[in-house]
Amino acid sequence: MAQDVTLSNEEIRRYSRHLIMPEVGMEGQRRLKQGRALLIGTGGLGSPLALYLAAAGVGHIGLVDFDVVDESNLQRQIVHGTSTVGMPKIESAKRRLQDLNPHIDISVYEAQVTSDNALDLMRPYDVIVDGTDNFPTRYLTNDAAVLLGKPNVYGSIFRFEGQATVFYPKEGGPCYRCLYPEPPPPGLVPSCAEGGVLGVLPGVIGTIQATEVIKLLTGIGEPLIGRLMLYDALGMRFRELKLRRNPECPICGEQPTITELIDYDAFCGILPDEVNVLESQYEITPRELAALLDHTDRPFLLDVRNSYEADIATIPGTDRLIPVDQLVNYMNQLDSAREMVVYCRSGVRSANAVNMLKGAGFRKVKNLVGGVLRWSDDIDPSMPKY
Amino acid sequence: MATITIPTALRQYSAGQSQVELEAGTVGALLRGLVETYPDLGRHLFNEQGKLRNFVNVYVGDEDIRYLEGEATELQSNDTVSIIPAIAGGKS
Repeated sequence: MAQDVTLSNEEIRRYSRHLIMPEVGMEGQRRLKQGRALLIGTGGLGSPLALYLAAAGVGHIGLVDFDVVDESNLQRQIVHGTSTVGMPKIESAKRRLQDLNPHIDISVYEAQVTSDNALDLMRPYDVIVDGTDNFPTRYLTNDAAVLLGKPNVYGSIFRFEGQATVFYPKEGGPCYRCLYPEPPPPGLVPSCAEGGVLGVLPGVIGTIQATEVIKLLTGIGEPLIGRLMLYDALGMRFRELKLRRNPECPICGEQPTITELIDYDAFCGILPDEVNVLESQYEITPRELAALLDHTDRPFLLDVRNSYEADIATIPGTDRLIPVDQLVNYMNQLDSAREMVVYCRSGVRSANAVNMLKGAGFRKVKNLVGGVLRWSDDIDPSMPKY
Repeated sequence: MATITIPTALRQYSAGQSQVELEAGTVGALLRGLVETYPDLGRHLFNEQGKLRNFVNVYVGDEDIRYLEGEATELQSNDTVSIIPAIAGGKS
């Protein structure tokens, strides 16, 4: 397989700590050089993945991302740096990886993975690596990898916990749909942007993924197929659960019903934006609210964030804090006769809260558009954004 | 007594508890006992029909209850039951 690939003297010097181990050796290093890995996402998981795969000498690395580097990424996305804030993540990562290892090829795709482009993006690669951050893209990545018969090296993180495994139905293992046949409804499971993440956590999980990519490409060791590795950073515990292939799985089972890529937003219950948008009478801008707060008959101001977020920044005059997932329990304590403005960090959770309140019969309730972030932009620049 | 571990994502509904010990004969009884203690966990574990949600996996030891007897899976004392919900974070 790797016969036609050779290593230069420079490469031999660089990879000598691999070459002197019989499990890797020249043959393994040639296989790495010939190997092709596609990283979906160049963020928390993608950062350590890209760095270690480049350092190890994986010859062809593809990076897919459409984001730009933000200051708040740098707490964990170690492939990027202060000097690349504002730059597309794929460009920022490519720059760092080329400095780390000029002997490898890096292809970048500034795009969101969609049902239209996923198969074409993945087809040239040997291994697909899932470092995304949302359910639709995870199901899409899974399905495309299954349809192409490629291994999908999976990692996922939340706050202090992570999961990793290798989905590889072609080699008899299960796929993501065998593990989770259905996604949770939108809003039930918070994302890292809402829930936070310990910065070093993706380092641990992404490094496990990188290890599995290297094992798959070189063909050494026992791959993490059919086993779900769980990591709890607070307890500092690793656990392993058995993953079985579901014979009735709709994509990798005995009689698959999914034979092409589908609409993953619809599958995950995500409605087009216009359906989620509140009618304008249920919205208020920070400037409009600021003008009202000076009056004696000002609206009741409800914060639906968590208390630890209120510790970071709070709009002056806030009357009450009820986290959005607790709202249903405390709604009866709110006065539906009084004008009310609901806010959160960005305006998404508070829009959900306004919808819940509307459903419970509240009519004089408005969502603060853009939340604390826009309040900081429009009204009080001294308020920290988080 | 069986021990049930609560994942980070659900601890806000279990008063921050990461492990709860309960006396129960089956996995189903254990989960319902847990929800009795922490009612807010209910809608995250069970759907409107009272069935375990499809994106919540429950393991006894290292085995998925889907490949045992489901909620009827009998528990021995000292069994560890784990709730493993789908999480998606990784990029942003």
